[in-house]
Amino acid sequence: MKKNSTVKKIVGSREFLLAVIIAILFALVTFKSPSFLTPKSLSDMLKNNAVTMVMALGMLCVMLVGGIDISITSTLALSGMSIGMLLKYGHISGIILPFIIAIAIGIACGLIVGLIISRADVPPIIATMGFMYIYRAMGYLISNGGEWAGAAALGTFKDFATSTFLGINKVIWVIIVCYVIFFVFMKWARTGRKIYAVGSNAEAAQVSGINVRNIKLLVFSIMGCLAGLGGALQVSVYASAMPDMQYGGEMDVIAACVIGGVSMSGGRGSVVGVLFGSIILATIAKALPLVGIDALAQNMVKGIIILVVVVVNVILQRIADNNALKGREM
Amino acid sequence: MKRKVLSAVLCGAMVLGAASPAFAAAGDGQKIALVGKSAGNAFFEIAAASFTETVEAEGGEVTVAYPETATADAQIATLEGLIGQDFDAICVAANDVNALQAVLEDAMAKGIKVSSFDSAPNPDSRQVFVNQAGTKAVGQALIDACYDIAGGEGQFAILSATSQAANQNAWIDAMKSIMEADEKYSKLELVEVAYGDDEPQKSTDQTSALLEKYPDLKVICAPTTVGIAAAAKYLQDNESACKLTGLGLPSEMIEYTGEDKSCPYFYLWDMQGLGKLSAYATMALVTGDITGALDETFTAGDLGEYTITEADDAGTEIVLGLPLEFNSENIEEMAKLY
Repeated sequence: MKKNSTVKKIVGSREFLLAVIIAILFALVTFKSPSFLTPKSLSDMLKNNAVTMVMALGMLCVMLVGGIDISITSTLALSGMSIGMLLKYGHISGIILPFIIAIAIGIACGLIVGLIISRADVPPIIATMGFMYIYRAMGYLISNGGEWAGAAALGTFKDFATSTFLGINKVIWVIIVCYVIFFVFMKWARTGRKIYAVGSNAEAAQVSGINVRNIKLLVFSIMGCLAGLGGALQVSVYASAMPDMQYGGEMDVIAACVIGGVSMSGGRGSVVGVLFGSIILATIAKALPLVGIDALAQNMVKGIIILVVVVVNVILQRIADNNALKGREM
Repeated sequence: MKRKVLSAVLCGAMVLGAASPAFAAAGDGQKIALVGKSAGNAFFEIAAASFTETVEAEGGEVTVAYPETATADAQIATLEGLIGQDFDAICVAANDVNALQAVLEDAMAKGIKVSSFDSAPNPDSRQVFVNQAGTKAVGQALIDACYDIAGGEGQFAILSATSQAANQNAWIDAMKSIMEADEKYSKLELVEVAYGDDEPQKSTDQTSALLEKYPDLKVICAPTTVGIAAAAKYLQDNESACKLTGLGLPSEMIEYTGEDKSCPYFYLWDMQGLGKLSAYATMALVTGDITGALDETFTAGDLGEYTITEADDAGTEIVLGLPLEFNSENIEEMAKLY
């Protein structure tokens, strides 16, 4: 009896529905290109989407409190460009130090965004729009107006993205570690639960003794931290730092969250959902060029697929909710 | 009222016309605006620096302006802002072939000379275009590189920027027409033109898709800097048998260039020379040495004598020369420059 209800719980969950969608997508792509489901191909796909996947975790936290952050790829460009230029002109070298610097810059960026939003009560979309321009412009400024840091300038730093640990690419390890940490943090840590509480009902959370302002400050700092990490990953994976990198990429991050069932109005969403959402998005990006659709139509198809996935997800969720209610009546 | 404005404009034009021979062959006191496609294009920066240096050496001054994004709309806004100031000439790298016509015609009507380089607006929107290398010359160099690297036969693909990019499309069309016209290339098969939108992520996806779809692919030709660097990294990391050529930046490509690397050789034009030639051409327009008409000649400093020729779009252009080849022998040297 108990086992039965656990099965029901899993089957009825939003994440299960996403898993089904992934299975269908994988089957379709494999049909078109048999080599898709090989470790090499999957590893390539994850590596090429590492930046989006990692930043989606931060966006989850931000969206859980009902916010949004469109400055993240500007933060990414600023932090990535900073380490690119530092490496290029020989001020730093190696792998760990650039990562630390990029993450530190990201946290600083996120902290400032968070302060403006939580202390000055500026709506997140407006505040982050401002910082989107500011950080991107700063990225251009430190690049001397558009210089690149190419593969030769990056020294051993770029080797991070081509080396493996226990047979798995290190970039993918970063993804795994981030998702495990966030899974634990959001599910069991007191602070993680507070983020959900603020998103569900900020007033109730305030009354129950949660410092709502500090939680908001925290989520934007987390977002900044992951955007900084994203900057280091981007530079390492593509072995080049350019000030216009990931221009417009924040939409992919938001899309990954929305597909993963994160609510735009806050309070609802999970780490597993975001994982599945970003895998769906990554699969679409990899599959579209394989199917042979006209280049101009590819973005349209991408948009349609995103909408279809979200709508299917919502409908199935509604059915699942109804079933759950029926179960309660009995 | 209209008549007054008209007469004022005419008077202004006469004054300018009368005054210009006084500073013939020099850029003395000229104010020139240089408008890029968007900030952060490493190619353009080199040309812009050389352009500015040349004009300043001749006693003029240059303002470099960039639109906020790489779109025609943003560029129109930038140009409108510049027309209100008292520039003698505007030199523009166009984001769109036709969209800038109204604003550039407006500029010319106000007596501002309009030249263009890197990427041309349509013939009605400019007086003269300074071309890096004739479209055909680039197409010829690229198709010959594909032919050579593929060993004279087999499949090749093109990885371009966006499907609307004017430069890339012109070169790709030139490659196609050269292939059709010459029996020599009959065993080469162009399987696909893919678009990486000048983003590393998308370019990587497109490169891996090309390899998966066409296992016998011998060469990828990427006539765009971001595309060629992303493809080079992917091919080299995967030790692919498929080779690469195209147009790229030596400093970005140094790790991937050589006989045993993913890219045996590639091309780039002389951006310093292009900036310099554009500067001389623009100054010559202001002084009245040239008007942008066919067969006019002028001296571009130490670059020598240039003649205005007919462009592919039926407007006029000044062609700098052939693209430069970068290979394992000269890449170290050139990487310091570009």
